[in-house]
Amino acid sequence: MLDITLHITDRDGMTHEVQAPTDMVMNVMEVVKGFELAPEGTIGICGGMAMCASCQCYIESDHILPQQSDDELAMLSEAFFVKSNSRLGCQIQITEELDGLRLTLAPEE
Amino acid sequence: MIQSDILIIGAGPTGLFTVFEAGLLKLRCHLIDALVQPGGQCAEIYPKKPIYDIPGFPEILAGDLVNNLMEQCKQFEPGFTLGERAETIEKQQDGSFVVTTDKGTKHQAKVVAIAGGLGSFEPRKPLIDNIEFYENKGVAFAIKDPEMYRNKSVVLAGGGDSALDWAVYLSNVASKVTLIHRRNEFRGALDSVEKVQNLKQQGLIDLITPAEVTGLEGSSHLEAITIQKEDETPIRLQTDALIPLFGLTPKLGPIANWGLDIEKNAIKVDNTLDYQTNIPGVFAIGDVNTYPGKLKLILCGFHEATLMCQSAYKIIHPNRKSIFKYTTVSGVDGFDGTRKEAPKSIIKSID
Ligand SMILES: Cc1cc2nc3c(=O)[nH]c(=O)nc-3n(C[C@H](O)[C@H](O)[C@H](O)COP(=O)(O)OP(=O)(O)OC[C@H]3O[C@@H](n4cnc5c(N)ncnc54)[C@H](O)[C@@H]3O)c2cc1C
Ligand code: FES
Repeated sequence: MLDITLHITDRDGMTHEVQAPTDMVMNVMEVVKGFELAPEGTIGICGGMAMCASCQCYIESDHILPQQSDDELAMLSEAFFVKSNSRLGCQIQITEELDGLRLTLAPEE
Repeated sequence: MIQSDILIIGAGPTGLFTVFEAGLLKLRCHLIDALVQPGGQCAEIYPKKPIYDIPGFPEILAGDLVNNLMEQCKQFEPGFTLGERAETIEKQQDGSFVVTTDKGTKHQAKVVAIAGGLGSFEPRKPLIDNIEFYENKGVAFAIKDPEMYRNKSVVLAGGGDSALDWAVYLSNVASKVTLIHRRNEFRGALDSVEKVQNLKQQGLIDLITPAEVTGLEGSSHLEAITIQKEDETPIRLQTDALIPLFGLTPKLGPIANWGLDIEKNAIKVDNTLDYQTNIPGVFAIGDVNTYPGKLKLILCGFHEATLMCQSAYKIIHPNRKSIFKYTTVSGVDGFDGTRKEAPKSIIKSID
C-alpha cells in the first residue's frame, strides 16, 4: 500500500496536508469528503458522476492529470466560478503520480 | 387546508415507501415536493442509471424503482402537492402541525415525516449582476407556463436536455428564440440535438456559442442582455425574457430554521427507537437524517420509514394498539377498496 500527500485548501482558505491511499479506488472528491474538508451536503452531490460540479477545484501544481472526459468538460461548461485550471475532483483518481498535488476547492455555488 | 394522518415532506424513495408502510396501519399520507415529479434524487439526478443494492433486485433502473414504489403505494391513495417547497411549520393547540408551502398551500397533520433527502431541489442560478432583481421580471429559472412567452423574444441559456427541449418547444410559441451555451457541444439526447440543429438551419433558433450572458439591463423589467463570446467585444441583445436552465441542486433550505437539531447539514434523530427529531411528532427519515453510523442508502431509508410509522401510529391513536402483521398472511387492503391477498391453497381429495 502506498499513501500520497495532497495539499488541499478548503473554502475558508485553510490548507490541509492529507495522506490519501492509492489502492482504494478513490478520487479527489472522496478524499475531501473523507477528511471532512467541506461540509456534508456541499460536495459530491451527484455521487461522482460529473453531473453537479460540487467537487470543482483549482489545480495549483503542475502534475500531469488524467485527460478531461466529455462529461467533465460539459459539466464544467455549466459550472460557476470556472477558471482555466478548474477540474472536477471526482474525475481525478488518486494515483502515485499525483503525490504532492496542490489544489483549492472552488466556492460553493 | 389539506388534512392527512402523516404529512411527508419529500417524495423521494423514502417518502414513497412511507405511504405504503403507513397504509398497512390504515394511516393516510400526503406528500409535498419541490420537484414536479415524485422520486427525489432517483428521478432528478439519475433516472436512467442502474442501482445494484436494492435488496431483491440484482439490478434496477432508478426510474423503474420510483415507478414500482408509486405502484406499490397506489392503493393507499397518497395526496401530492408537487412543485411547491415546504416553508414553515407551526404547532397547533391540539398538538397537530400546519405546514405551509412557498405558494401558500396549507397542510395539517398530527405527524410530520421529513424525508427531504439532500434538500429541496432548486434551480442553479448563474452569477450575473442584479439577476435577483430581474427574477420574475423577465428572468425565470424554470418554465411553468410556456404560453407566457407567446410572441415574445426569449433567450435560453444552458447546454443540457432542458435547454434543448425548451428551445425546440418555444420555437413554435415565441417570436424569437436564442440559445446561448458556453461550448459548441451540447449534452442532451441525440434527437434533441438534431432537432435544434434543424431549427437553426431553418432560421427558427439563433444559436450563439461558445458564449455567456454577462449582463442584464432594463429599468423595471428585463429589456436587453449582454453576451460575451470569447475574445470578442460583447454583444447587446434586446429580449423580453432570459431563461437560464442549468439544472437543479438540492438545498436544505427553510427546514434548517424549524428549530430542529442540525448537524452536518442533516437532522439529528433518535436512532435507538423511531427516528424522531428533537420536536416530538416530527420525524426525519432517509438521507436527511443523521445518527451514529448513518449511511445514505435507499434501503436504510426504507427501514427508517417502517419503524417511524409504528411510532406515528401511537401518536395518532394513543389509545389503540397496532398489531404487527405479515402482508403475506393478512393481505393488503387499499383505501380504494382493492384487496391483495395470497391465493388460498386448494384442499381437494385425490380419489
Ligand atoms: C448518482 C447517485 C447514485 C446513487 N446510487 C445509489 C445506490 O446505488 N444505492 C443506494 O442505496 N443509494 C444510491 N444513491 C443515494 C439515493 O439516491 C438516496 O439515498 C435516496 O434518493 C434518498 O432518498 P430520500 O427519499 O431520503 O431523499 P431524496 O431522494 O433526496 O428525496 C428528497 C426529496 O425531498 C424534497 N424536499 C426536500 N426538502 C423539501 C422542502 N422543504 N419542500 C419540498 N420538498 C422538499 C426534494 O425536492 C427531494 O425530491 C445514489 C445517489 C446518487 C445521486
Ligand atoms: S461530485 Fe458531482 S461532479 Fe463531481
